[in-house]
Amino acid sequence: MSKIAEGLLYSESHEWVKVDGNVAIIGVSDFAQSEMGDITYVEMPDVDDEVEAGSDFGALESVKTSSELIAPVSGKVVARNDELEDKPELINEDAYAAWIIKVEMSDESELDALLNAAAYAEIAK
Amino acid sequence: MGAFSYFPQTEEDIRIMLERIGVSSLDDLYADVPADFIYKGEYDLPSAMSEQQVRDFFEGLAAKNTRLKVFVGQGAYDHYVPSVIPYITSRSEFLTAYTPYQCEISQGTLRYIFEWQTMICRLTGLDCANASMYDGPTAAAEAVRMCVASTKKRNSVIVSARLLPHVIETIRTYAKYAGINVVVTDKVAEEVAEGVLDLAGVIVPSINRFGIIESHLGLADLVHEKGALLVEYCDPSALAVVKTPAEWGADIAVGDGQSLGIPLCFGGPYVGFMACREALMRKLPGRIVGQTTDASGKRCYVLTLQAREQHIRREKATSNICSNESLMALWCTVYLSLMGPEGMRKLNALCYEGAHYLHDALLATGKFESAYEGEFLKEFCLKPKCDVRKLQQALLDAGFFAGLQTEDGYVTFCVTEKHTREELDQIVEIVKSVK
Repeated sequence: MSKIAEGLLYSESHEWVKVDGNVAIIGVSDFAQSEMGDITYVEMPDVDDEVEAGSDFGALESVKTSSELIAPVSGKVVARNDELEDKPELINEDAYAAWIIKVEMSDESELDALLNAAAYAEIAK
Repeated sequence: MGAFSYFPQTEEDIRIMLERIGVSSLDDLYADVPADFIYKGEYDLPSAMSEQQVRDFFEGLAAKNTRLKVFVGQGAYDHYVPSVIPYITSRSEFLTAYTPYQCEISQGTLRYIFEWQTMICRLTGLDCANASMYDGPTAAAEAVRMCVASTKKRNSVIVSARLLPHVIETIRTYAKYAGINVVVTDKVAEEVAEGVLDLAGVIVPSINRFGIIESHLGLADLVHEKGALLVEYCDPSALAVVKTPAEWGADIAVGDGQSLGIPLCFGGPYVGFMACREALMRKLPGRIVGQTTDASGKRCYVLTLQAREQHIRREKATSNICSNESLMALWCTVYLSLMGPEGMRKLNALCYEGAHYLHDALLATGKFESAYEGEFLKEFCLKPKCDVRKLQQALLDAGFFAGLQTEDGYVTFCVTEKHTREELDQIVEIVKSVK
């Protein structure tokens, strides 16, 4: 049974969002990391790149597969977690501590389309 | 049925398939082939021959060939082939050379691919190399695609007009179908500095099509300032003595492995190589073999970084190559291991001496003028002051394939370690005699 953190928003493609003012901190869920297995590489956008809700902003590679990261919200990348470059396994260790990027949101109403922990628990089975 | 008697499909099957794809006849499938190239007569297939008759027939055909001494380069070089190479490469363990699907069971194959990658890294000075490409020109085209894939929202490449014509043509073909904008120019640095807003990459030759060893001083910095990547197209044999792509600051190196002891063979099979800096490793197309340790701690080899390949994220793959030219890569690996660094340096010294001797002697005949300033290694071009066709014919009559004319009207010569002083003197005498 994978862990679902309370107080976060989730997308159906298994990204989580923590809202901090107009900044969305984005990572992948514990369910996602457990499905992927040992993560070997995180492909991330650069700071100042624009991301668009519903489009891919990077990818995760694991020993058994590779999967796109889908942006839950649109906006400009204001930070990325460079620590993941050398230690992608941080996502396996604690998916909710290992954020991937921070996005300055251009449309906060996009958050309304995301799921709360209870609703996400229904699909992350 | 007739000519199609080996096709398992019925007439009805074929009709349904043609209808589904919207063409009316099988011939329509060849509509893209220029009419001149389509054979229109009836096929005159003779009746079966015995094995001995077939052998006699083809030996008769082969006897019509004239064996020429080759003094032409232009991307394919007549270097000596140590006789042990075909014996090693035709061992049955090696001869089924396709990269294996049950890869880890084929440790020997993975091992020699790893050795090849290591040798390519040593020659180019770069960090990682792939298991090989089809040939030099397709490797160059793949490098162009890699530049576009590695730089964001950039779609243009600058291609040096001093690359070999077939390399430029192949880049154009790949670029056309990948929607990449190609700018071919003689003034690479100026073009990088001035224009091309969405520049993804720049590709230049290490030694250009006129045989001149190019200087790329400052070019890498200029290209990197524009946020683009620098690709160098190299003759790997010459890399033993000229500045490496890494020394020029290039991000990617490509070229044809043919000069590493592969016979000319009327144009193939050759092998392409491709190497890059570590930061670009995940964009490097094709297969990569890695070295690791197995469960009991012993050294072993694996195919690695598979996510780059099209079988995992096909739509995101940076290339559609999922094979390599393994037998020829093995050929070059055996060649390089026989030659060693010292052998490669000596070989280049012999080429250099011979080429400069011929160059000076040809100029002294008064039948040529210098074409370009600049240092050359084994290949050079001259501006003819005599009838080139007559010259070529006179050389052919004496058994020499030399004096190939370029698009620009120059004639080129190439000298390798196979050529003797006597042969060079003979060529000079023939040139003198041409009116």
